[in-house]
Amino acid sequence: MAQTQEQNDKSPILSVADLNLHYGDAHALKGINLDMIRHQVTAFIGPSGCGKSTLLRCFNRMNDLVESAKITGSIRFNGSEVNESSTDVISLRRRIGMVFQQSNPFPKSIYENIVYGLRISGVNDKATLDEAVERSLKSAAIWNEVKDRLNDSALGLSGGQAQRICIARAIAVNPEIILMDEPCSALDPISTLKIEELIDELKDKYTIVIVTHNMQQAARVSDVTAFFYLGELIEAGATRKIFTNPEKKQTEDYITGRFG
Amino acid sequence: MKKFWKTGEPYVLVTGSALAIVLVMTLSLIGVVVFNGFSYYWPKELVRFELKDGSAALGQIMQREKNPANGDQRLQLKVGNRDLLGQDFRWIDDKEIATRTRPADAMLLERREHGNFFGFLKGVTAEGLDVPVAATPDQKLAVAMKLVAGKNKGTLKIKEQMSDLNGRAERIRLKLLNLEYRGKEKNSAAIAELTAEREKAMDEFNALNEQLAAAQSDITRITGQFVDVSGVSKDIALIDIIAYQHPNSMSFFAKCGAYLERVRELLLDDPRESNTEGGLFPAIFGTVMMVLLMSVFSLPFGVVAAIYLREYARDGLLTRMVRIAVNNLAGVPSIVYGVFGLGFFVYGVGGSIDSMFFPERLPTPTFGTGGILWSSLTLALLTVPVVIVATEESLASVPKGIREGSLALGATKFQTLTKILLPMATPGIMTGLILSMARAAGEVAPLMIVGVVKLAPTLPFDTTFPFFHMDRKFMHLGFHIYDVGFQSPNVEAAKPMVYVTTMLLLAIVVVASSTAIYLRNRMRRKYTTSTF
Repeated sequence: MAQTQEQNDKSPILSVADLNLHYGDAHALKGINLDMIRHQVTAFIGPSGCGKSTLLRCFNRMNDLVESAKITGSIRFNGSEVNESSTDVISLRRRIGMVFQQSNPFPKSIYENIVYGLRISGVNDKATLDEAVERSLKSAAIWNEVKDRLNDSALGLSGGQAQRICIARAIAVNPEIILMDEPCSALDPISTLKIEELIDELKDKYTIVIVTHNMQQAARVSDVTAFFYLGELIEAGATRKIFTNPEKKQTEDYITGRFG
Repeated sequence: MKKFWKTGEPYVLVTGSALAIVLVMTLSLIGVVVFNGFSYYWPKELVRFELKDGSAALGQIMQREKNPANGDQRLQLKVGNRDLLGQDFRWIDDKEIATRTRPADAMLLERREHGNFFGFLKGVTAEGLDVPVAATPDQKLAVAMKLVAGKNKGTLKIKEQMSDLNGRAERIRLKLLNLEYRGKEKNSAAIAELTAEREKAMDEFNALNEQLAAAQSDITRITGQFVDVSGVSKDIALIDIIAYQHPNSMSFFAKCGAYLERVRELLLDDPRESNTEGGLFPAIFGTVMMVLLMSVFSLPFGVVAAIYLREYARDGLLTRMVRIAVNNLAGVPSIVYGVFGLGFFVYGVGGSIDSMFFPERLPTPTFGTGGILWSSLTLALLTVPVVIVATEESLASVPKGIREGSLALGATKFQTLTKILLPMATPGIMTGLILSMARAAGEVAPLMIVGVVKLAPTLPFDTTFPFFHMDRKFMHLGFHIYDVGFQSPNVEAAKPMVYVTTMLLLAIVVVASSTAIYLRNRMRRKYTTSTF
């Protein structure tokens, strides 16, 4: 029994096969094949415009908002196809949470920010909401900082706090995967450190995919690293291997800072 | 010199003085309106002039100017007594004046008809007046006025009953019309019953009418004897006197009291004397109600249209053209909307309503004529582009991240719209509403053809069912300015009323806008987006 559990844990939760994405005439993702393993942190690195954020936004179908985006190929989430018109996008997005580059708290109280995902799915029971707020704020390591001012506007928080509120907001709906799109790029080093520690704790419960510009960050937090260049997946593998002994010349050049 | 121009200072001067000129013009406009508006009701002294030709004049000095005929200074005097002198104003050259005095017993009577009377009290005729024999005419007048006011309450009550009866008779008449229209034969029993009922109401009405005539002739027997400055005596029934004062012997506080009383009258009473005197209550009420109704129509409609245009419509040639058309719609001259309103709402929609629901009343129109509903709808049409543009802009200014944040949590587009976007866009929508309300309150041209009248006998809202009478015509301050200032038979006497009306219209716009701005700022504080 323990064995199957272990195997399940090592099975891919998300698997991308031969994924192509066009923005109008621009070919933004070219034949991507990649598996993301349950309870691991996968980091996407690469220079600007290499398609790493675009790929991330394919996982929860955020590219639907871009009218010119055309996607072919397959993304399987727990074995079911994401890229089908019959897929229930709403429930998909509840199971795959997302944290953005710029923290984007809603102009509501901290409490209402956290319970937003639950409220829109029809949960209005006070006790459940209270419990979810405490649990997710604690998970996001911000409970002690805000527990006395849950009814204050979330707009008054500092950048790092606001970003952790956004993480807590994503956790509150109990997703399976959390997608993070450069979550620390607008933060100071101390806030960045806090978020990185948080990612380390969160991977016990969630699968995390993080896009980052910062190679040290990828090295510190991730188990698997994927390097993208001009819409292609150049190399993916265990982080330690990618950073110490990459197979491809381009990966080595990028990591050693020769371009990018 | 060249260096001076190069520094850029002169351009600052140019821009600054442009702003200054605009400010000066606006402030002096407001200043003139406010000064004239506020000073009109302050009791002016009555000055008696002995002229060199032996005649005398009594009146209020309105202005001084150079006589264009001979270059001398002259005075404009409001002499009142329109019924005796034929006109309210006269000019007196300075050199004609022998003496000027301010007689303490000079009186100003505000009358229901013929404008003000300036003169002196001689005596009071009233049966059974409960005053000591030695009482002065002034004391007698005070007591007699109270007596008249008491008796008048009785006649007012009779009038109220009569108007109720009249309303009932009218409703029965309309029912009868309806029954007759549906078929005289089959409804003959009901018709006979209603006819009897109506006759009964009419009989009661006639009885009351006789009672009223008796009461009124009783009241009009109480008169005051007055003389004007040249000694012509004039009997005036006290019921015709609304208020009287001795402006030359009033203390400052008495003047303040009289002033406040006039302001109360202005705000709460009906107009008199083809609108040049009395209050403005129906016009204030009509303006406010029309603007509110307009907002009720244009706000939801404009917001919903803007939501579709911004959130749901695919951005293509058609959407862009619609957007341009909407923007240009705000620039169409308002009279065009008036003509459209007349053709579409009044004759089209109103005419259809009449032929469907009130065919028995035709050819007398019910909804097929101008009214407050059609006026509000016409103005809503005029202002809806403003709301659409403001809503679209404020929806567009919600950061993309907030939108995506909501969608990424599994919210539907509609949930995102109602829970996040609309609350955040509300301050912008309010700005649109403020602009549209200010525009609607000031429009006159389209209203003139879709429902505004010089004098409306009834308000569009009252205590008889169904309370809101959308088919009724109404009065409006903007139209009032035009009517009193330019269509009145006595333009000179009406001039102060124009200032007062203008001031009130400005005040309404300012009050409405400030309320909306206050609400908007409160919301804006709540929804300000954070900055790093």
